[in-house]
Amino acid sequence: MHKQSLFHISKREALPLHKALLIRGGIILLSLVFCGLVTTVLTGENPFSVYGTILDGAFGTSRRLGVTFRNVAILLGISLAVTPAFKMRFWNIGAEGQVLIGCLATTACMILLGDKIPNILVILISLIAALAAGALWGFLPAFFKAKWNTNETLFTLMMNYVATQLSAFFIIVWEVPKGAGKIGIINQTTKAGWLPELGNAYMLPILVAAIMTGVIYIYMQYSKHGYEIAVVGESQRTASYAGIKVDRVIIRTMVLSGALCSLIGFILTSGVDHTLTTTIVDGRGFTAVMVSWMSKFNPFIMIAASLLLVTMDRGATEVSSSLGLNHSFADILTGIILFFIIATEFFITYKVSLRKSGKKEG
Amino acid sequence: MKKFLALILALVMALSLVACGNDAPPADDGAADDGAAAPAVKVGFICLHDENSTYDLNFLNGAKEAIANLGLTEADYIIKTNIPEGQECYEAAMDLVDAGCNIIFANSFGHEPYMLQAAQEVPEVEFCHSTGTLAHTADVPNYHNAFASIYEGRFLAGVAAGMKLNEMIESGKITADQAKMGYVGAFTYAEVVSGYSSFYLGAKSVCPSVTMDVTFTGSWYDEALEKEGAQKLIDGKCVLISQHADSLGAPTACENAGVPNVSYNGSTQAAGPNTYIISSRINWAPYYEFAINAVKNGEAIPADWTGTLGTGSVVLTDVNESVAAPGTAEKLAEVQAALEAGTLHVYDCSTFTVKGENLTSYMADVDTDEAYTPDTEVVENGVFYESKFRSAPYFDLEIDGITRLDVAF
Repeated sequence: MHKQSLFHISKREALPLHKALLIRGGIILLSLVFCGLVTTVLTGENPFSVYGTILDGAFGTSRRLGVTFRNVAILLGISLAVTPAFKMRFWNIGAEGQVLIGCLATTACMILLGDKIPNILVILISLIAALAAGALWGFLPAFFKAKWNTNETLFTLMMNYVATQLSAFFIIVWEVPKGAGKIGIINQTTKAGWLPELGNAYMLPILVAAIMTGVIYIYMQYSKHGYEIAVVGESQRTASYAGIKVDRVIIRTMVLSGALCSLIGFILTSGVDHTLTTTIVDGRGFTAVMVSWMSKFNPFIMIAASLLLVTMDRGATEVSSSLGLNHSFADILTGIILFFIIATEFFITYKVSLRKSGKKEG
Repeated sequence: MKKFLALILALVMALSLVACGNDAPPADDGAADDGAAAPAVKVGFICLHDENSTYDLNFLNGAKEAIANLGLTEADYIIKTNIPEGQECYEAAMDLVDAGCNIIFANSFGHEPYMLQAAQEVPEVEFCHSTGTLAHTADVPNYHNAFASIYEGRFLAGVAAGMKLNEMIESGKITADQAKMGYVGAFTYAEVVSGYSSFYLGAKSVCPSVTMDVTFTGSWYDEALEKEGAQKLIDGKCVLISQHADSLGAPTACENAGVPNVSYNGSTQAAGPNTYIISSRINWAPYYEFAINAVKNGEAIPADWTGTLGTGSVVLTDVNESVAAPGTAEKLAEVQAALEAGTLHVYDCSTFTVKGENLTSYMADVDTDEAYTPDTEVVENGVFYESKFRSAPYFDLEIDGITRLDVAF
């Protein structure tokens, strides 16, 4: 006789799509109500003015709108980049480093080649260098995983630190003025190596992310590679049995993931920030992992997830300046909302039922 | 079905709440706009951190003092805190422009290129950047730098430190040879070098046997690293600590170890009641008032502005009498008067040596460039003139008596 737990957790049958969506939408609204309660209890502020301020901070002026959507594009881009690896159940938490190494490679080209060769060449070489650097950052953990079955979580995490320390080193090499520990805006007067603007300063990253969304969707859904990734993710043994070269798929997918991450790094340095700092990626390499998982690897849901996170983040700045609340307060709200969403996923997937006490089992 | 109904009910409730929420903000915006229409100036402030950093607290206090002195109201200024030294600074500045600000201040060195970028794009708004180096050569009429001759404040704080060392020597606590101070710096940048050199020379002016160890953290605000740095210096037999980094790390380490501390950016007596001696700081209020008034009256703001003891920009906090050596306040008043009268110079070349030799000439990198090209002779009549050719410090010599423990940053 063994003691049985009070709750019984079983996998649910798949809910109809409209019901699942309704539950998710409802839960987001419910989390907002809960956030409102927390706001009133902790700060005494009217929760509506906090929400209003968050929306105003994210969408209040055309500039804020532009910045918000550009930030969405960057986060979305990184989320898309990590998706193939995760779909393969390769725990790549090295996106932060893969983006940063792309920034570093771009910075190197902009500083060393700027004004020495035509601008278009600087941009092209920067792009190739960034892609190569990111691909390398993806290749190394995948190669070691495929050859010697090393732990990819630890490996990719370590690669983040390597990228950060390399960047810190080169920032000191290229710092201006001496001892300041900062590069500042690269080629501020000549704009050598800067990506051209498409209409306005926000359009280019948005366009890149939009194209990436479509391409990744097709790649994952309809290409042979995408199918192989899905099979390897489900079961490596099945994949081997079906004649898929698992090692090759792992390495190929991680090289792709790394290169896509560093593509975003290239855009960050060459098209948005025009500098390199060790914190330029700002944790988005990790946030992207959450976005990708939360969206169940669906590129279109990722758009919504990125928008939610970026809106809260952008709103946070406005909350701190106009309501005099600390920046961390909006982070607390974001945390609450995420908690609700992730908890919901559990209840959508599993059913929790109370055990009937009288019943006996084998 | 019951469950489904409950869900729908919850949805409707939540929706109606959000709907109300959307109605609320326009009312707020309207009120803000009405307030902004009346006065001629609207001021924006951009800060790297918030009031938890002594550096930013000092700025925020200066901003609030200036706002109060000018009779401006809550609606006439916007403060943005926690703005990193990157593209975010440009976005914050442009957001302030959108909000109707016609003069914008930023407080951190790394904000400079982004402020300059914003200034180039919006010529009708004045952009004032503290601690920067580019305005005097950038040729952008609405872009300005400001700093204060804080090396004079550091020198005075150094005198207070030297007197404390003398007291320790006289009481037999240490010998004259053991009079070693420690200094926690952020970067090996001229601003920090000038700071610790003037502090050292202040101490040396009253305690000739003093030496000093300097360590760097590579960050302007890192409480753990600063505390660790101070502890390392204390373990290395430094008997008095000062710092140029912005957390309470070093003062806390000093209080824990019972080692006297000379602070910066304002009083840290609360963190170190038994070890805090005095603090020097830049009071930004005079500059803020000057620049805001200039905008109000349609006058030009100079590209490069240096506050002094005379303008009230360089100030010392009250001496903590329970820790400082007796007579410190009187001595400081005397030295300050001499500095203001110009009879005493902080970087008098006869008071220090570099590699054993007195300085007769020095070309400093005043006009910032990637190669750090020395471009301006800054020694005249036996004095290194700091903050004369540019408000931001350019004294970056390694003078004898000071040991740099690590120069990674």
